[in-house]
Amino acid sequence: MNLDFSQIVPYIPFMLEGIWVTLKFVSVCIVVGFILGTLLALCKITKIPLLKWLADAYTSIFRGTPLILQLMIIYFAVPQLTGYDISAFLSAVLAFGLNSAAYVSEIIRAGILAVDKGQTEAAQALGVSYKQMMKDIILPQALKNILPALMNEFITLTKESAIVSVIGYLDLMRRAQIVGADIYRNFEPLLFAGLIYWVMVYILTMLGKVVERRLRVSD
Amino acid sequence: MIEVANLVKSFGNNTVLENISTSFQQGEVVAIIGPSGSGKSTFLRCLNLLEQPSLGNITVNEEEITLKEVNKIKVRKQIGMVFQHFHLFPHMTVLENVTYAPLKVRNVKKSEAQSLAKQLIDKVGLTDKLDTYPNQLSGGQKQRVAIARALAMDPEVMLFDEPTSALDPEMVKEVLDVMKDLAQTGMTMIVVTHEMNFAKEVADRILFLDEGKLIEEGDPILFFSNPKTQRAKQFLDKIL
Ligand SMILES: Nc1ncnc2c1ncn2[C@@H]1O[C@H](COP(=O)(O)OP(=O)(O)OP(=O)(O)O)[C@@H](O)[C@H]1O
Ligand SMILES: [Mg+2]
Repeated sequence: MNLDFSQIVPYIPFMLEGIWVTLKFVSVCIVVGFILGTLLALCKITKIPLLKWLADAYTSIFRGTPLILQLMIIYFAVPQLTGYDISAFLSAVLAFGLNSAAYVSEIIRAGILAVDKGQTEAAQALGVSYKQMMKDIILPQALKNILPALMNEFITLTKESAIVSVIGYLDLMRRAQIVGADIYRNFEPLLFAGLIYWVMVYILTMLGKVVERRLRVSD
Repeated sequence: MIEVANLVKSFGNNTVLENISTSFQQGEVVAIIGPSGSGKSTFLRCLNLLEQPSLGNITVNEEEITLKEVNKIKVRKQIGMVFQHFHLFPHMTVLENVTYAPLKVRNVKKSEAQSLAKQLIDKVGLTDKLDTYPNQLSGGQKQRVAIARALAMDPEVMLFDEPTSALDPEMVKEVLDVMKDLAQTGMTMIVVTHEMNFAKEVADRILFLDEGKLIEEGDPILFFSNPKTQRAKQFLDKIL
């Protein structure tokens, strides 16, 4: 076993750029997943059967099939079906955002249901509207409780984002593969990419802890 | 100001309130007493539509609130409620708890809401706790904040559902004192309580509920010294 990291040195800027690409893509997915997930969660707790059914069906489909399949359907099948030549970035954001929304919606739904029912009654008794109650009273408390679970979902998303390399999106993972092919050595670039993923996840974890501590002031 | 006519409430086929009719006058303090499970809370919750009555009519200030198309928010704005377990908003400070509804429901200006809230918090004796979060308060303090929070909506009537039942004995008095003061200001109050001394001293009228029926209703002194019904007698014997 002989490792030689000197050969990847010229490629380091190329690979580091992948951090940016991955981060950009992951953060867009997190935002899409979070917003859509919140909306889905709200649908799941309404008394309107149709909305509930739709949200449950959505979740069932996205959780019940492989992410890589969803990604490939969006990237390869959409152009075939509609003639619209979808970009790798858009496909990746759609697949990961929609997929993440399914998981996030379950987390948020559980968080909302875990908030003491007395909070709803107190708000109602004060004449607070449903929308304001959700926004100002229920969701803030729910989010505080589910922050660790949400953080976990975001971390998973960051790691799983490496799957987008299969559709040629130039993320960190894809770049590691390209470098590997270029220098006929795979171990070093992959190890380097692995280290970067680990650092990103580590930073995300720390960030989560800081936010959690901030929210704890009222405990 | 509140008229209740033939109120019935059932959950599934469990009838919890049977044909209750009574009325509440402006400025009146009414104590509702009765055994556990007799429907006291359910009755109170029907008055602000936290429970939808199954049958019968409730009228508040000449407006029938049991109609289907009634705006529940508008009804609840006039009716304050205090719960056994306080239900303060844990992520808001005392001041934020009390200003929230005026700001968001009555659309009062922020400065105005704050000065009103400070006045109310002062009235319940918690001026030194303005920026404290509920979890740092004792039970009695929480309940006093909850009273201030309800009063901040400037309601015409206040509902209390066993406001002292979850409190340690030494904190009961501070909450009852606040309620007595409130009664003195002429607030209309409907109070579900197990505090018989409070009922005797402060209430203008007693409602006695048993198994969902309004069994007896009348003057506190007469009710406690000489209850008309056997049921009320048994109940008083057990608790006094
Ligand atoms: N949401 C509900 N669904 C089904 N049954 C209910 C519901 N709320 C109350 N009940 C039933 O209605 C009856 C009356 O309950 P309620 O809470 O009004 O009694 P209470 O007089 O307030 O008793 P307590 O002194 O214990 O508070 C009980 O038998 C209770 O089980
Ligand atoms: Mg009760």
